[in-house]
Amino acid sequence: MALSNSYETPAPGFNFDNAARNAALEGLFDGGQTPKPLKTGTTIAGVVFKDGVVLGADTRATSSEVVADKMCAKIHFISPNIYCCGAGTAADTEKTTDLLSSNLTIFSLNSGRNPRVVMAVNILQDMLYRYHGQIGANLILGGVDCTGNHLYTVGPYGSVNKVPYLSMGSGDLAALGILEDGFKADLELSLAKELVRAAIHAGIMSDLGSGSNIDICVITKQGVDYIRPYQESQYKHSRKTKYKYPAGTTPILTEKVVPLKLEVVQETVQQMETA
Amino acid sequence: MLEETAPEWLSEEVKTGTTIIAIEFNGGVVLGSDSRVSAGASVVNRVMNKLSPLHDKIYCALSGSAADAQTIAEIVNYQLDVHSTEIGEDPQVRSAATLVRNISYKYKEELSAHLIVAGWDRRGGGQVFATLNGLLTRQPFAVGGSGSLYVYGFVDAEYHRGMSRKESQQFVVNTLSLAMNRDGSSGGVAYIVTIDEHGTEEKVILGNQLPTFFDQ
Repeated sequence: MALSNSYETPAPGFNFDNAARNAALEGLFDGGQTPKPLKTGTTIAGVVFKDGVVLGADTRATSSEVVADKMCAKIHFISPNIYCCGAGTAADTEKTTDLLSSNLTIFSLNSGRNPRVVMAVNILQDMLYRYHGQIGANLILGGVDCTGNHLYTVGPYGSVNKVPYLSMGSGDLAALGILEDGFKADLELSLAKELVRAAIHAGIMSDLGSGSNIDICVITKQGVDYIRPYQESQYKHSRKTKYKYPAGTTPILTEKVVPLKLEVVQETVQQMETA
Repeated sequence: MLEETAPEWLSEEVKTGTTIIAIEFNGGVVLGSDSRVSAGASVVNRVMNKLSPLHDKIYCALSGSAADAQTIAEIVNYQLDVHSTEIGEDPQVRSAATLVRNISYKYKEELSAHLIVAGWDRRGGGQVFATLNGLLTRQPFAVGGSGSLYVYGFVDAEYHRGMSRKESQQFVVNTLSLAMNRDGSSGGVAYIVTIDEHGTEEKVILGNQLPTFFDQ
């Protein structure tokens, strides 16, 4: 028997029911602005090097002019050998990568092997194309599989580009300048990490939507090194005072206790099947 | 007050503002494309290969919306695979072009991509088909994309039948170079694919190796 307050598992996939509600809400605001979806003004970058792929991202999440999250994680886990950086609408990138990760986990359990990067790319492209740009996710996928080291980007409309280095997000033009200048084929690990760090740093310095710390994720055949944070922002503010007040700071003037009398109106007993 | 608006290209559709060309020569076809993918004013990919294989000896050139064109090419690639397994031999170029045309016509309102299909088969030799907006027509040569407007005069004047393989490749490269110089949405490197009965040859011509004309 389904009780009215029991949890019903939601139907799989995306649910656009709230689109009608939002349209109705816009009318209520009397010309004012409906709350905007959280966009991660972002700088993300990726580079293919000799032994694998390096992904980098800043950690600032903005909601219009306010920094909503100073330490947001933009490099998402897809599978043990594939990670994904997300730019665009924060909720969309989160949910899309989660969905992708779940699907690929099922595949791994079924087949007993790590998924290939092309698989992840194809699934993403399929899904984003189906929604015709309504899902605002700009993703950089990087990973290592049996066919080599790969770096792909998937746009919100479902277009795919395979390239050895790239950057996305509002700070991408600044980061791309560093990458174009410093990229060479078959870089060593330390140089690749430094290149990505410099690229994200350029994005942070030149773009208002990017900032705070830099996260780096190195994926190789041997495994994954997720360094969070790789470099901390030099503009960290330290709080001068504590906001915890000791008990008794606010004096109590009077106290009144009123006991609530509750009557038992109805009693139902439901037997549990413990056999 | 600082206005922080996300850059337009983050939400704008990615288009392959493009120059694509395919021509028939004696014994095969040559396809060519530029490599620029733009989203608004930003170049998203400067080295994209817009010549997509549909089968071993059938290629298509992509233009218009990047997502739409890539998706059509993938779907037709799959359908051709099934078809060629069913008939037990290599598919005809006309079959590939028909499959592309069917999708372009059925979803005419929703899609904005134009594919030029070209290849070689045993029955008809080298063939080029245009599938703009859902029509299917065989032509001795076809140009497409935003850059094609600038070179219609050139191709109309310079094309003649019975060109050799080398002449055709040079013709395609010259056309691409002229278009890339005049069209803001075309640029990068040039990709050339030559298909004849012996096989398929892919070539890349880097920006500084493209032929130059009077003002360069």
